[in-house]
Amino acid sequence: MKKLFPHPVLAALLLGLWLVLQQSIGFGHVLLGSIIAIGASLAAAKIIPEPVRIRNPHLLLKLAAIAGLDIVRSNIALLMVLGNPRPKPKAAFIEMKLELTDTFALAVLACLITATPGSAWLEYNREHSTVLIHVFDLVDAADWETTIRTRYEALLLEIFQ
Amino acid sequence: MSPDLPLWLAILVSLFVFLGALLTMAGCLGLVRLKTFYLRIHAPTMGTSMGGGLILLASAIYFSITRERPIFHEIIIFAFVTVTTPVTLMLLARATLFRDRVEGSAEIPQRDA
Repeated sequence: MKKLFPHPVLAALLLGLWLVLQQSIGFGHVLLGSIIAIGASLAAAKIIPEPVRIRNPHLLLKLAAIAGLDIVRSNIALLMVLGNPRPKPKAAFIEMKLELTDTFALAVLACLITATPGSAWLEYNREHSTVLIHVFDLVDAADWETTIRTRYEALLLEIFQ
Repeated sequence: MSPDLPLWLAILVSLFVFLGALLTMAGCLGLVRLKTFYLRIHAPTMGTSMGGGLILLASAIYFSITRERPIFHEIIIFAFVTVTTPVTLMLLARATLFRDRVEGSAEIPQRDA
């Protein structure tokens, strides 16, 4: 079982992706999708040796909701700054230490921070486990770090580690 | 085009498309208007997050109604855009960071060895 499914999460995601793409849950689609999912996850096992573990799947929904809300909010905020004829954002770099070490969780955090307009994940330093983030319009650095820590990192720690 | 689409829904779909296009355009204009690389990387994110999201949402609603079954391919497009943006961003950003550090730019946080 373990040999056939080295990456159960990835396989499930791929099967889901296939079915959404086909817009059908007919037997043929499920069968073909499963073959592709298992084959691809076997191939992925050569590249990503450690499997992804999701401890609390239900928290993923909460994470998605929080991220969605933040994306809408920061889109509006960025639109306001750019709507100004002479935009004067207070841009700044932030270097913060992360407790998160799981590769997959870090990737999710990078996607979320980058998907939110106004903040961009630039570089992760594995030796010091610090991340360099560029913020478009920074009001308060300490406050911003706390937001990332409490809103995202705490949740990701619960889900993945 | 489609007689099956009720007026209020047509208005809703158009509103989503319009708002999405507006956000995407604001992002593109920002890319042109902002002065430095680090500021510029933020502007197009509006297009890849909410701008694109609203257009995709409008597309999902429109085709779900006119084809009379739920259509949500759009979720995949959104997921792929969200997952692939950081890859390009990090590639560009790290190249720029490297260059700026070699040049000894004072604004860039140095990598402590």
